[in-house]
Amino acid sequence: MAKTHVTTSINGEATEFLCEPNETLLAVLRNELQLTGTKEGCGSGDCGACSVTMNGRLVCSCLVLGVEAEGAEIGTVEGISNKENLHVIQEKFLEHAALQCGICTPGLIVSTKALLEENPDPTEEEIRYYLAGNLCRCTGYDKIIRAVMDSAVVMRGDA
Amino acid sequence: MSEAREYKYIGQRTIRPDGFDKVTGRADFGADLSLPGMIWGKILRSPHAHARINKIDTSKAEAHPDVMAVVTHQDFPAVTAGGFAVGEGQVDFKDLSKNVLADDKVLYHGHPIAAIAAKTEAAAEAALSLIDVDFEVLKPVLDIAEAMKPDAPLLHADLFTQGLAEQPEKASNIASRMELKKGDIEAGFAAAEVIVERDFSTPTVHQGYIEPHATTVRYEADGQSMVWCSTQGHFDVRAIISTLLSMDLSKLKVIASEIGGGFGAKTTVYLEPVALMLSKKSGRPVKMAMTREEVFRASGPGSATRSRVKIGARKDGTITAMKAELNYAAGAFKGSPMAPGCMTAFTPYDVENMYVEGYDVVVNKPKAAAYRAPGAPQAEFAAEMVINELADELGIDPIEFRLQNAAKEGTQTIYGPKLKVVGLVECLEAAKNSPQYKQALAENQGRGLASGFWFNIGGQSSVVINMKPDGTGTIIEGSPDIGGSRASMQMMAAEELGIDISRLTPVVADTEHIAYSATTGGSRTTFATGMAVIEAAQDVVRQLKERAAAVWNVTAEQVEWEDGVATNVASGEKLSATEICQSAEKTGGQVSGRANINARGAGPSFAVHLCDVEVDKETGKTDVVRYTAIQDAGKAIHPSYVEGQYQGGAAQGIGWALNEEYIYSEDGVMENAGFLDYRIPLSSDLPMIETVIVEVPNSFHPFGVRGVGETGIIPPLAAVATAVSDAIGVHMGDLPCSPPKVLKAIQDAS
Repeated sequence: MAKTHVTTSINGEATEFLCEPNETLLAVLRNELQLTGTKEGCGSGDCGACSVTMNGRLVCSCLVLGVEAEGAEIGTVEGISNKENLHVIQEKFLEHAALQCGICTPGLIVSTKALLEENPDPTEEEIRYYLAGNLCRCTGYDKIIRAVMDSAVVMRGDA
Repeated sequence: MSEAREYKYIGQRTIRPDGFDKVTGRADFGADLSLPGMIWGKILRSPHAHARINKIDTSKAEAHPDVMAVVTHQDFPAVTAGGFAVGEGQVDFKDLSKNVLADDKVLYHGHPIAAIAAKTEAAAEAALSLIDVDFEVLKPVLDIAEAMKPDAPLLHADLFTQGLAEQPEKASNIASRMELKKGDIEAGFAAAEVIVERDFSTPTVHQGYIEPHATTVRYEADGQSMVWCSTQGHFDVRAIISTLLSMDLSKLKVIASEIGGGFGAKTTVYLEPVALMLSKKSGRPVKMAMTREEVFRASGPGSATRSRVKIGARKDGTITAMKAELNYAAGAFKGSPMAPGCMTAFTPYDVENMYVEGYDVVVNKPKAAAYRAPGAPQAEFAAEMVINELADELGIDPIEFRLQNAAKEGTQTIYGPKLKVVGLVECLEAAKNSPQYKQALAENQGRGLASGFWFNIGGQSSVVINMKPDGTGTIIEGSPDIGGSRASMQMMAAEELGIDISRLTPVVADTEHIAYSATTGGSRTTFATGMAVIEAAQDVVRQLKERAAAVWNVTAEQVEWEDGVATNVASGEKLSATEICQSAEKTGGQVSGRANINARGAGPSFAVHLCDVEVDKETGKTDVVRYTAIQDAGKAIHPSYVEGQYQGGAAQGIGWALNEEYIYSEDGVMENAGFLDYRIPLSSDLPMIETVIVEVPNSFHPFGVRGVGETGIIPPLAAVATAVSDAIGVHMGDLPCSPPKVLKAIQDAS
């Protein structure tokens, strides 16, 4: 099968790649582009470790085909911080010890950013339901929820 | 001793040193390494739960242009016997060799049969269908009770029950029997005024780490090989591969990647020796990664159990006798955690008469792996459920009942030693004083409480601290960091050296760059590797004092060390660690501290959990509405990560109690091999998990540390099931308390 040429934007950077028509965006990011910050936990859209944004919408990159990235804007964990500083969400995850092994962390940070852009002042329940697609087996979620709530406060400028 | 000492770093909530990498996506996990020229390996797995392999024909696969190597069990050297301890478990090399690639029989659905390496993952996957396997399908046996029957389908013709009075002549699925006793069990029950006896069962569960097993390997023509893998113990991976592939240890370099969760199940190997054989045959680096489905079908699981517990007490609340029969499913090969289950079941109690009998039983399921406090959650679940029911029958508060019978310093355990100083009573008192215990329950709610005990282990750890010319240091350790332990190492070294944590970088080195260190397991790392860090730091301080003494032309005894600064006692002159390191070239070369220890004196950790649930009586769905986890840490080095262990253990235990189970078809196929249908707790399933860190110091550790990683998964099973039983008024002894089961219990009772 001939590979397809795809032109896209990843973290604001114009990017081209070749992929098989049945190759997932996750496989392209990890194997073709070496953007391994996006993790694979299930390959079936159940765990959220591969969360990225596509034209601003939160998606599981294992459920998106590489060819669907044509003309799209993709955001991955590698694009969350700027060159000098961590994003507030990243800082709050560290401050609250909201990670243990860290495999779910990239997906959770991408999802949290999407959440807070949609809803800058979420309740605990809204956070718990928004992040229900991001599995964490280590923390019991307590410290993650607190990190998200604290991030929201800082990002709103209430702090 | 630790209580008197004032700490500068210990007990602070510092930012973990590997944190930046983890929140930016820079940290490299098992599947994140690619090498030039690398190809991909995939595994052909058994479509049957139990079958004889008559023939494997790989010729069509080998002839395919995409395929670069094919391996089967026949490519591996014959492994006849032997084994060694890893974590709290035992590795049997012969069994493991047959588990990574089946020999003449497949013993579970998903059992590896052959492996193929090809240029792409998709090509390797596609080529698997070119391998022809001629099977003679056999009847599987999945249930423990069925497998124990004399006429059950036999998994191994050469498995004879160990631990019987007489050596059996007939092969059996019962791999071993264990018996532990204390006092006179019959007299104990004769003295009892109230007796409760119940049957229990727990399902096969999975550790559920989010990172699937993955490895990248390179076998070089000169025999020097590199293995990169996600593991809790790369030194033990080295030992296992060396035996399974008959390679010299000296030719194997194993690098532990960052590890995306393990919970005990990444203490063995699945892919690594297969990948290395594929690399040897193809002459190319090989990457292998399991899919989530493969993880469920062929790695992990925690043992299913069937048990019976009987406990008797006098009306005044004194327990007189405790008896248990505990049967564990080992999966396809012997070696369930039945023994630690037997040892822990009743250890929270100081009772004169005890009797525990355990059986390790093989069934046609994947070989069970360690799962956080292996064996204890299942055993203590049964024991704690009966304790709660007995307290109820006696009309005694469950905390008071436990306090009246609680294990404490000097309590004779059923497995041998007397307990040293432990913190169970303190945990129970904390539970009694917790806000949750004082809160009234609402309608349809129930409350449950349970204790938990886990031994913890010590073992070998090696640490080197290299001081750099600018006075900063690198802490080189050999313990894979599974939950933030590098933060603890940094803090303990900073405390001893008296220099700021920001000047110390902890590194987990590969097998060539630090001496042997035992697998991260048994809640040993902060305790044992921490002890090695402290000793290595003391070694650095000793040398820094000697260097200062040389500069001042005095003896080392005339130099004092405080807050990272050497002081000449006689003259009052001072030299900082930085100044001494800057001039190290002139005083004899660079400074390195070292410690290679075999840590003894691991302190057991007790926990008490409190759970409130609300049951929807129309659907049977249970919500945990409030939860408090209380546990003795000895001394919390980094309180946030200690709390994290309590909360994570509680969440896994809640999942075990409420939803998680392998669901099998009659022919032995797991029907829910994905995260959608094997439901681990989501953020929307749980409340905040309140924690109380009790600190009863372990006198064998310089700072008083006890391991904290495992105990937290033990109490939730009984705490949750008791709460559900309380809410619906029906005893729930069979886990999980899933909605259909709870609904049926409600309907049957009405």
